Amino acid sequence: MASNVDYRAIARDGLWKSNPGLVQILGLCPLLATSNSAVNGLGLGIATLLTLVISNGSISLIRNWVRQDIRIPVFVLVIASVVTAIELSMNAYFHDLYLILGIFIPLIVTNCIITARAESFASKNPLLPSLVDGFMMGLGLLLVMVALGMIRELLGHGTVFANAHLMLGDLGHQLNITVFDHYHDFLLAILPPGAFIGLGLLIALKNTIDSKMAGRKTVAVAREATPTPGTSAA
Amino acid sequence: MKLNTPTSPFIHAPITVTGVMMRVILALIPGVAAYVWFFGYGIAVNMVLAALTAVISEAVILRLRQRPLRPYLTDCSALLTALLLALAIPPIVPWWVPVIGTLFAIVIAKHLYGGLGYNPFNPAMIGYVVLLVSFPVEMTSWIPINTFSEHSLNLFESIRFSLFGQLPAGVTIDAITSATPLDTLKMHLAQGNTVSEIRAQLGLDEETSRLLSVIPIFGAIGGKGWEWVSGGFLIGGLWLLYLRIISWHIPVAMLGAMALLTGLFSLINPGHYAPPLFHLFSGAVMLGAFFIATDPVTAAASPRGRLVYGAGIGVLAFVIRAWGGYPDSIAFAVLLMNMLVPLIDQHLRPRVFGHDR
Repeated sequence: MASNVDYRAIARDGLWKSNPGLVQILGLCPLLATSNSAVNGLGLGIATLLTLVISNGSISLIRNWVRQDIRIPVFVLVIASVVTAIELSMNAYFHDLYLILGIFIPLIVTNCIITARAESFASKNPLLPSLVDGFMMGLGLLLVMVALGMIRELLGHGTVFANAHLMLGDLGHQLNITVFDHYHDFLLAILPPGAFIGLGLLIALKNTIDSKMAGRKTVAVAREATPTPGTSAA
Repeated sequence: MKLNTPTSPFIHAPITVTGVMMRVILALIPGVAAYVWFFGYGIAVNMVLAALTAVISEAVILRLRQRPLRPYLTDCSALLTALLLALAIPPIVPWWVPVIGTLFAIVIAKHLYGGLGYNPFNPAMIGYVVLLVSFPVEMTSWIPINTFSEHSLNLFESIRFSLFGQLPAGVTIDAITSATPLDTLKMHLAQGNTVSEIRAQLGLDEETSRLLSVIPIFGAIGGKGWEWVSGGFLIGGLWLLYLRIISWHIPVAMLGAMALLTGLFSLINPGHYAPPLFHLFSGAVMLGAFFIATDPVTAAASPRGRLVYGAGIGVLAFVIRAWGGYPDSIAFAVLLMNMLVPLIDQHLRPRVFGHDR
């Protein structure tokens, strides 16, 4: 059974079909709070992604030894230890970014998407699919956070990936793009309302794309089902 | 005696949305005239910019939503939203301030919620709050009344500043802007002065103020100039009441609640709280009471609900003015009460004939 796991379905779920940020809308608090710039979104996104992969992996390994009635506290303990380890390493290696993200790194523990994946996927599946699921879900959330962060930063300050050197060192200085010179700050995009409006628009965009795709698919199916008069005559 | 009673169906006076909106726009004329007279042409420039943006963005979003253009564009609701927004922002601002505010009001606050009749929040006030939060510097650069500023801009200079940000030679933005009466009051109260001291110092007649080179900010009732603008909106509002385009409930409840609270507090501590008439004739109270809070879409529906809704706006406006961070508060008060409208409508439904409750 483990051999015929549909990894493409897992990837499609995490990245698009049940994207944690746009469809499940789990982990709203960090998503809204730290997406005020692309770098903040990327930093917290990577931290969440790592947490998801490691916690999914460990929970999948211990899933057969944990008693059903106390599984949630055990999951939370595992997740908390992973987050603590990640928090300490961020403090050590990316100290400036750690200071900017502040309370939101330890708060990854309470991010619903991590407990949700542990409970609904890792506790029922073997190691490799769980790792892939954690990675894909984390990547889905990370992409939404970076996209929202880029939109808000662009509208708010006219830059993209400012402060990237906090994460990437000297390479980050080249990544820092000023799109509009002499840009007049648009504070709303940076402040919390910008997060809500921006996420709402992203969700709307995703749903529009979905309905367009569904429309195209039904048209294609209808075309295949009814042979066009020209071809039947030929 | 023969009673000539026709049978139903009856034809009633055709009051269309366009008719209502046009009359409300006409009712703005006295207030706008006073505004232009005292504060120059900047406000007219803003109104034109906002109106153009509103019509264009309304047309574009109607096309995107695949709605018919003609009935929605000619109902003038977008135009009214734009004009109310333009009246709320300072007269001298760069062109993109009214444009961004109107875009936000029409596209996000109105059409993303379903268009006219479906928006839960007053679009003009959403646009205003977005601007106030986003551009605090531009949105607090008010100007003193014409006769007392060192240089008042004429129409051409107002347009040039709006579009290109250029002021006439030798004039700086600091020279033509000053705090509003409500702002001044708040600032001086924070410094420990009493209301009567502040009004005596800054409410001098023209001769003495020229001699002392102090800009008089306070007039006989409210802020100098502002009291006339408020009076203009009051006249327009009374005309709307006379035409029965708006009902008396919201303005009376809102002004009554404000008068009651300000009266009570200025009786208890006249040094720290300005009297009722000052509050009613300063800032956006009259505009808010007759033109903004009475928006039929976002206000409560039943008469009793409207009383609660209006009184809520009055109370919140006073609370924010007296103890809040902003000098004026009508926009926030209206939006906060907009949120409560579904609750008010639910609990104060009129009794259906034949039912107890």
